[in-house]
Amino acid sequence: MDALGLYNYWIAIVLMMTGFYVVVSRGNLVKKIVGLNIFQTSVFILYISMSKVSGGTAPILAEGFETYSNPLPHVLILTAIVVGVATTALGCALVVRINEAYGTVEEDEIQSQDQEA
Amino acid sequence: MIAAHLPALQIVVPLVSAPLCLLLRRGDLAWALALAASWAALGCAALLLQQVLSTGPISYQLGGWAPPWGIEYRIDVVNGFVLLIVAAIGAVVLPYARVSIAHELPEDQHAAFYTALMLCLTGLLGVTITGDAFNLFVFLEISSLSSYVLIALGRDRRALTAAFQYLVMGTIGATFIVIGVGLLYMATGTLNMLDLAERLPPMAESRTVLAAFAFLTVGAGLKLALFPLHFWLPNAYAYAPSVVTAFLAATATKVSIYILLRFFFTVFGTAYSLELVTLENLLIPLGVAAILVCSTVAIFQTNVKRMLAYSSVAQVGYMVLGIGFASTTGLTAGLVHLFNHAMTKGGLFLALGCMVLRLGSVQLDSLAGLGRRMPLTMFAFVVGGLSLIGVPLTAGFISKWVLVQAALEQGNWFVAGVVLVGSLLAIVYVWRVIEAAYFRPAPGGDPAAPNAAAPGGEIVEAPLSMLIPTWILIGASIYFGIHTSLTLGVAERAARFLLGGGA
Amino acid sequence: MQRHLVLRVTTKLLMPFILLFALYVQFHGDFGPGGGFQAGMIFGAGFILYALVYGIDSAKRVAPAGALRVLISAGLLLYIGVGYAGLALGGNFLDYGVFSAQAPKGQHLGIFLVELGVGVTVAATMVTVFFNFAGRGRD
Repeated sequence: MDALGLYNYWIAIVLMMTGFYVVVSRGNLVKKIVGLNIFQTSVFILYISMSKVSGGTAPILAEGFETYSNPLPHVLILTAIVVGVATTALGCALVVRINEAYGTVEEDEIQSQDQEA
Repeated sequence: MIAAHLPALQIVVPLVSAPLCLLLRRGDLAWALALAASWAALGCAALLLQQVLSTGPISYQLGGWAPPWGIEYRIDVVNGFVLLIVAAIGAVVLPYARVSIAHELPEDQHAAFYTALMLCLTGLLGVTITGDAFNLFVFLEISSLSSYVLIALGRDRRALTAAFQYLVMGTIGATFIVIGVGLLYMATGTLNMLDLAERLPPMAESRTVLAAFAFLTVGAGLKLALFPLHFWLPNAYAYAPSVVTAFLAATATKVSIYILLRFFFTVFGTAYSLELVTLENLLIPLGVAAILVCSTVAIFQTNVKRMLAYSSVAQVGYMVLGIGFASTTGLTAGLVHLFNHAMTKGGLFLALGCMVLRLGSVQLDSLAGLGRRMPLTMFAFVVGGLSLIGVPLTAGFISKWVLVQAALEQGNWFVAGVVLVGSLLAIVYVWRVIEAAYFRPAPGGDPAAPNAAAPGGEIVEAPLSMLIPTWILIGASIYFGIHTSLTLGVAERAARFLLGGGA
Repeated sequence: MQRHLVLRVTTKLLMPFILLFALYVQFHGDFGPGGGFQAGMIFGAGFILYALVYGIDSAKRVAPAGALRVLISAGLLLYIGVGYAGLALGGNFLDYGVFSAQAPKGQHLGIFLVELGVGVTVAATMVTVFFNFAGRGRD
């Protein structure tokens, strides 16, 4: 088959793994949040790229157009984007409070402070 | 008129109480509103389960759009049962929360606390009641985000890092679930669970469906603290406020197990999950590992909340074991343990909350001599511990009995042995607490320990508003150990429904 | 920010356009990309830009914290109220078709109100989150 024709899936997977790797490997809490964001964005691309109908226009009713792209994934992704924004905001609020409580946002320093206590 | 719209009211009544709690600045007014909403939710859940048991599955079309184009709320025996559990725990925990939260949280955070608690309850009820796969993800995220907030409200600063760790792992889990749902949509073109069940068998061989199955399993596994993915749970339960620990321990993991059940047996179907993917080879080893490893780790904890948290992961292992057998007896065992563990663990954590109120901490050393000074609370803990071990006449015994029956039906002597070894390990860690409370002399009236009631540093029994909910849950774990017809009967009907098709 | 004259003047000039564009996006969700969430974000971004350039205290004079709290709840209550209105008029929850004799008109009205509720809540939440983050360490 044409693996190159499925380039949208390749992009989604590369982004997904990049985001996941950042979450797992980086010790800085803010970087983890950024990694989580990249991970979630890959999911958005996966959904929206699958909704495109070849030859279809944007899913808004208009005169003179017969084929439209599938609007359902767009709606699902709007919801998922809101969830992503809320998660990021909550994560950042936690990081601000952690910074105030521990004085640092590096995971290993936080763990060593907890172990001393 | 109300009866026809019960499914919608089940979700909307707690949901509407959340912004109203936010508007009311005073903590006790917010508490009263949350109490009323949670009791109304319990009433709805009881009526719904009664209706389902007598007339069969209920389907409610949200917005008047017929499924599969619209979102459908579908209630059958399985989710009617889980709805009742979640609503009951919510209704019992709210009266307890007034004194406990007044003690553990600063005054200006009370209204926000009840807002977040109501949102969490709404989310959990929504996950259980919905018949649409993406709607499930939305409600799951509502409950997860509010539970991150609730956990972060704990007094210890480690509550913040625990909430952050839970946030990262929980978001990855939910994102995996949404990837799985997206792959299913790509393969079939629908999001309604029953419609998916009809459209999936013709394409059971395709890689898309297999990938969707994998993503959904791992995502749900992260949320229910399946053995190697459980690392967020001990910290989150140990450092959260007592009410939050009790509520989440009794509901959040149970609802995630329901998600697993729904996807395995209703959407993918027994033929796919058992024959094609051979579920047992995954779930049974993980369940065994959870029971053995986590019960052992629980023995070495000095913080009793942490000990019970590891015990929770082990009990989830029991449930997963029951599901892994995938026979009627096995599923019955898993479902009945869902109910019994919710009652038992909820009661145990509420008893611990009473101890936190008086002692300020739940380290094993500070519990010395508590049996004499807080007799009712400690006795509740003892009874709950007996149910955790699985002593006859308690609810824990019933679920372990059915689980061993399921293992022996399949000739799996090893797993039956593991269940018994798990009980032996539970005896060890429950005994550590009992020994500290009853057999060690009290440190003569420690005046340095912060406590709520007597200014002279005296440690007395917890107030009635906290004792009664604790005893309701602990009493339930004894009652349902003796009169098993309700729980076992409904669980068996639910298991048959999942495996076969009858209601 | 006293000395950054270009920033201050540009912000003052742009603010009404940003807010107007937010309102446009809010009410044209049926006919183009838009809707409640996007409009709420643009509206909130306008306020945040103002707070960044002119200081949080000036922004708080326009949008005090108490009013924002009421707006957050009010938007969500509007959404749920529309759902209940559907119940009261005989349909299922969130059924918009019952609002008018012709179903499409009822649905236009229902979506309009629901998106308005969403937009109000999102804008108020964004501004509240910014005020809480940026205001820490002052008291």
